[in-house]
Formats: sequence, C-alpha cells, structure tokens
Amino acid sequence: MPEPVDIRLSVNGTAWQGRCEPRKLLVDFLREDLGLTGTHAGCEHGVCGACTIFFNGEAARSCIMFAVQADGAELVTVEGLAEGEKLHPLQQAFHEHHALQCGFCTPGMLIAALDFLKLNPDPSEDEIREGLSAVLCRCTGYVNIVKAVKAGAEAMRRLTASVG
Amino acid sequence: MKPAKFEYHAPVSIDEALRLLERYQGEARVLAGGQSLVPMMNFRLATPAAIVDLNRVSGLAEIAESDGTVTIGAMARQRQIEFAPLIREKLPLLAEAMRWVGHLPTRTRGTIGGSIAHADPAAEIPMVLQALAGEVVARGPQGERRIAVSDLFLSPLTTSLAADEIITEVRFPAKPPKASYAIEEFARRKGDFAIAAIAVMLVRDGERCTMARLATAGIGPATVRLREAEAILEERGLGEAAIAGAAGKAAELVEPMSDQHGSADFRRHLTAVLTRRAVQRAIRERPDAGTG
Repeated sequence: MPEPVDIRLSVNGTAWQGRCEPRKLLVDFLREDLGLTGTHAGCEHGVCGACTIFFNGEAARSCIMFAVQADGAELVTVEGLAEGEKLHPLQQAFHEHHALQCGFCTPGMLIAALDFLKLNPDPSEDEIREGLSAVLCRCTGYVNIVKAVKAGAEAMRRLTASVG
Repeated sequence: MKPAKFEYHAPVSIDEALRLLERYQGEARVLAGGQSLVPMMNFRLATPAAIVDLNRVSGLAEIAESDGTVTIGAMARQRQIEFAPLIREKLPLLAEAMRWVGHLPTRTRGTIGGSIAHADPAAEIPMVLQALAGEVVARGPQGERRIAVSDLFLSPLTTSLAADEIITEVRFPAKPPKASYAIEEFARRKGDFAIAAIAVMLVRDGERCTMARLATAGIGPATVRLREAEAILEERGLGEAAIAGAAGKAAELVEPMSDQHGSADFRRHLTAVLTRRAVQRAIRERPDAGTG
C-alpha cells in the first residue's frame, strides 16, 4: 500500500499542510483537505479548465496534477483574487457584464484570463477568444465573458497606470 | 475519474530515476508534465504500479545552442520554450508550433520530452522534430544513446524508447540562414488535437528552393516526412505548378486514419490543402528570403 505523504504548500499567501495518498489530485486536495471549494472539478481530465489555478505564478490545471507535486509550491486560487469584500477588477467586470450563468467555469475563466492578461495586458477580441479557449463554458456562449475580459483588462490597465 | 493507487517517487537525479525504473521492471511510468499521462491515469487507461516523477530532478530544463545545434532539456516546459528568445531566433518553427500545443495553462506544465515520449499522432512537437530531422538523447541502464527522429516514432503512443530509458535532451539543427517556416493545422477548435497538420521549412536561393522539409501530424499513425513531395519543390522550384504537384504528392504519400473526427479521405484531402497553404505562407512570410 502506498504510504500517505506530507504536503506543505502556500495557498493564497497562507501556509497549509496536509497528508494524503499520492494519487490524490491537487483539485481534490484543495477542495476536500483544505476546504477551498472555489476551485471546481469539472471533466477531471484536463479539458474543461474549471480547475485552473495559479501554480507558482502560472495558470495550470489542478485536476491533472497530484497534490504531492505541489509540495513546496505557491498556489493562488479564485479565493485569493478579491481583497476582503472588494472584488478583483476582473471579477467586478464579470459581474457587470453578466459573464456567468451557472458559474461553474468562472473560477477557471478568471484564472486563465488573468494568466494571459499578464502576458498581453491589452488583447484583441481574437486574442481573448484564443486565451479563453483553455476553459469551456456550457451556458453563456462566451460573448459576455469576452466583453468582461476586455473591460476587466481595461480596468486593470487603468489601475496599473494610476499606481505606476 | 480518479487514478488507481500507485507508489510515488520523486528522485532528484537521473541516476536515481533510472534505478527506480529498473526496480519496477516496466511497471513504473515516468511523469514529466503529466498533461497526457495523468488524464490517462484518471480514466484508468494507465494504471502504473509506480510513478517516477522527474519534476524534482534539476538541470533537465536548459535551453542552449552551440555549433549550430539547439539543445533543449527534456523537462523544459512548453511555455518556457514558447517565450524563450533563443528558440524564437534559432528555432522559429518550434516557437510557432508551441502556440498549437494544447492551451497556455497546459503548456505551463507540459514538457518537450514528455510530448515526444508520449508520441500522440496528433502532437505538434514530434512533427517539428520530424521536419527538422532532430534527435533525442536517452539514458538507460546501459548508458546514453542518441535516437534520430526517423527511428523514434513507431505507431500511436509508441516510440523506440525502452521502458527503462528516459529522454534527457532534445536536439535540433538551428535554423539555416534564409530559411522560412510555416505550420498549417486543421482542428475543430483552437487547442484541440489536430485532425491534420503540416509543418514546412523552405530554404531559397533566388528562384530555387535549395531545401524543402515537410512533416505531418494528426494524419497517420505517426508523424512522417514527406520526402517525395519535398523533392518536387527542390527540383521544380516554388511556382504554383510545383506547389500543386508537391501538395498532390503529399496526399499520395500519407497513410491517413479514420476516426470520429474525420475519414481517411478527408484527412488525405486536408493533407493536400494544408501542404499548399503552408508552402505558400512560408514563401509569403519571408518574401525577401529568396534574394537576400
């Protein structure tokens, strides 16, 4: 029988530790062991993108990584985006542009979008659509998500300009 | 949708990893980026007794060039390769291919060595290795050997690597001066597996094409070079008739598969169309390359 393994990691700036079997997927560890249920497990084979998180600063699928692989890593999940009650500008834009219906894909959409906005802060609609192709939405038809990312990107650029 | 139980090992050196593979006698699997292996484990299409995770082995992700050869460590992430200035300058075809490999979040983890060892027939990295006539360096209990791409990809998900060997490095000839490149791919949705893809490299001298390279992905059971189609461009130049001739020959040369995404006839048709488009785009993107 495989021995349980100890895992220490940082999630949204907080240090956590846990103990689980090597086969435990990172998404399940976040949800079941740490109680961080904002990250959603959708297809569980790396296609739908609902489970996307920041792994050491870059977006990755948490359903096709083992929790043990995150030992020593720094993660950011959707719970880490807002500051208290104040939504992240991209979350605010999703709210204002009605970019979610059931909301299941939203955590993945937000993280995937923030990831490509770091590389390309002012993307065209085509570039947004290409970036968002990493995450599947079965409700919206994507139109409002694209609008929200465009608006969120603009808000984030304004914020960067005002503090810079 | 959860993997079966396995023993987990995270060696810190290749020697340690090789000893583990030897110990499990073919029952262990090497974990690189995990973007193909872990889905297969979640579906229990793969139920290895042990996982040998290479992610804690240092020194396996370096990108360097010397004497006209670009060497890329097997654990270099696809995302790292996509944005590496050296790759953009010396292997623009590989940089271009990265944009077609999965999605940005899968390229964060996915590695070049993992993609090659997995040998998915639709994968773009093996296609580029094929087009550029690259090779891999593999280490096993008997030491190190180099495997040319022509000896590597055997059939879907099957390479000539032994179960106790690990790819440590991938080697490509750097871009020849004046070479131009293109990839044309047909898929239902950006980031999906290629139903058909063609990679091309052309070297021109005036009106002549001194070197043509054509390779496939997604069409047959493994990536292939389309040498007789290349020969048409090298012998007859890059006029419309020669391009049409090469495209027609490409369609004759492939051994297309039929599946739920498309029939063999459809893939054969796509081979001709994508070959023509890829050659035309490679010419268009470096219009000066013939004279400069």
